[in-house]
Amino acid sequence: MSTKKKTWWIVGGIIIVIYALFPIAWIVSISLKAPADIANGQFMPTKVTGENYSTILTGSASDLFLPALRNSFGICLIATAISCLLAMFAAYAIARLDFPGKKVILSTALAVAIFPVISIVTPLFNVWRQIGLYDTWLGLIIPYLSLTLPISIWTMSAFFREIPWEMEQAAQVDGATTWQAFRKVIVPLAAPGVFTTAIIAFFIAWNDFVYGIVLTSTEAARPVPAALGLFSGASQFEDPTGAIAAAAVIVTIPVVILVLLFQRRIVAGLTNGAVKG
Amino acid sequence: MASIEMKNIVKQYGDGFPAVNDVSLDIADGEFMILVGPSGCGKSTLLRMIVGLEDITSGDMIIGGKRVNDLAPRDRNLSMVFQNYALYPHMTVFENIAFPLRLSKTPDDEVRRRVNEASDVLELKEHLERKPANLSGGQRQRVAMGRAIVRQAEAFLFDEPLSNLDAKLRGQMRTEISRLQRRLGITTVYVTHDQTEAMTLGDRVCVLRKGKIQQVASPRELYEQPVNLFVAGFIGSPPMNFLPATPKGNGLETPFGTIQLDEKRMAQVKGRDLVLVGIRPEYFDDASLVDETKRPVGSTFRARVDVTEWLGDSQFAYIPYEAPEAVTAQLRELARELDSEELRTQAIVSIDSTSRIREGQEAEFWLDSRKIHVFDPQSGDNLTRDAEAGAELTRLATQDRVEQVEESKARQGGATSVGAA
Repeated sequence: MSTKKKTWWIVGGIIIVIYALFPIAWIVSISLKAPADIANGQFMPTKVTGENYSTILTGSASDLFLPALRNSFGICLIATAISCLLAMFAAYAIARLDFPGKKVILSTALAVAIFPVISIVTPLFNVWRQIGLYDTWLGLIIPYLSLTLPISIWTMSAFFREIPWEMEQAAQVDGATTWQAFRKVIVPLAAPGVFTTAIIAFFIAWNDFVYGIVLTSTEAARPVPAALGLFSGASQFEDPTGAIAAAAVIVTIPVVILVLLFQRRIVAGLTNGAVKG
Repeated sequence: MASIEMKNIVKQYGDGFPAVNDVSLDIADGEFMILVGPSGCGKSTLLRMIVGLEDITSGDMIIGGKRVNDLAPRDRNLSMVFQNYALYPHMTVFENIAFPLRLSKTPDDEVRRRVNEASDVLELKEHLERKPANLSGGQRQRVAMGRAIVRQAEAFLFDEPLSNLDAKLRGQMRTEISRLQRRLGITTVYVTHDQTEAMTLGDRVCVLRKGKIQQVASPRELYEQPVNLFVAGFIGSPPMNFLPATPKGNGLETPFGTIQLDEKRMAQVKGRDLVLVGIRPEYFDDASLVDETKRPVGSTFRARVDVTEWLGDSQFAYIPYEAPEAVTAQLRELARELDSEELRTQAIVSIDSTSRIREGQEAEFWLDSRKIHVFDPQSGDNLTRDAEAGAELTRLATQDRVEQVEESKARQGGATSVGAA
């Protein structure tokens, strides 16, 4: 690449990064402003304050925010784990085995993924109330599975298809049962795919608002996005903008950490060197 | 160690296409058997049926006297080297080789001992802690072999193991495999499309075409007494020349003059109007360099040379000739089946490297008619095959093998060898 070309790439990259990160920078800035400062018309706060953070972590909003944070973590992690496990088996079957209805499963999964959430949520609300799943963790985990499973199956079957089938056949010839070959050879090789899928699934569940707001009513199961909508200001004439911004920043942190943590696992193709290179 | 017997093995795919069609083959205990043929002939499918990765549609697969048709690969106790090695990238070389032992729950110190033995044989000692990704092609190949020899398998199966290596390394690994097989004395089935590997490694070679066995014989028999046009054309490099000929009197009239045949062979050919004469390149020579005493056993002819190739130790000349339409079509079909392309009818002739024959010149050639074969152009059958002479060649090869195995066993004395304990 010539120097000129390189320069253009760098300039273009910087523009895109600024464009993408600007809203985040803005929300961080708002979260650091005092209530009176929010409408000051400037990007930077006139005085940096931790007031908003103390409101949601220890102050008046903490009994709304902290249980919601706990709920979000618990529900999303459980949903992700179940979804990954199920998707792993399903994707393996889809990538490796020839069985009738394979196409149907894939297209059904896709159909479920594109089905608008808002159209199911009302009937679900009624059903959940009838059978006692309303306002429980399980009552959110199940709909989250329906959100995350299709995409998990699709991404993971793509990863499984990449693993040379000979790996598994070699393991079988070496004396492994189908299960042993799956566990000792396929799963370790599919690890990057599993991590990628897990992160995607976690984000989908983590970002959900509609299910969260409709299917919960108390802090027993209410996730963070729903809780944010219920924040109220100190008086009825005051918007809780600062508190919401602070909560949004805190909610973003685990996502950033997850990506930074697993970035290498996602990127590094483990199959490198399996076959002739 | 065990013998492998195949009885009327058929592999039919869902669409009814028989990839392997009625194959019966006996592989003796300790024998090195090569399956060879052009791509799509079913050789790999046959190998995968032996190891159990491919279902058998009908027929019996008997390993060590036991019918294994319905056994899973892991219950057949065979070891296999895959074309792309299929090493486990997340494990070190040591764990790769140890994998079969780990699966059979071998105690740790036993595993260590056996892996060390195998890595000694294959000179992998200093690489044991590395990952496959950091190895060269030849090293990966050796790791794959290590994984095969580390346990006491009934037989070794190789699926084109050298096709991913460069030419020089391929030669080295070829001799390495040969030495290893002799040393361990384990029944080996080796699939290849490379005829050098087929000729040099095998005790016997099985030539397959479209799922059917053409001929099973020692390399020497295949070369000297091929059973049909296909085998004759497949074995040998450069390939055998097929010239159209018409029997006349005591000889065959070819584009290169009349070739005299002995009575026995003539009797088989008489009465036909068109045959194909198979002449290997080395049966020709520059007439001016042929010994006077040798001259009478062949015939001479003059022809214009199109191209010559001088290779130092030998020299090839290409001589174009005219052939009737029917024969040309037949030869083109054969060439296509052998994965090559015959653009023009020409004979490849091996001449002495000191010969002064040059391109574009007309020159006199001599042709040794003692070993030529005559084929039926329709059926492709070899009309002049001497079955007894062929069988004798294979018998001699078998005898050689038995002696070699005994010799290597004697040389090793009581020393323990990997996998052959």
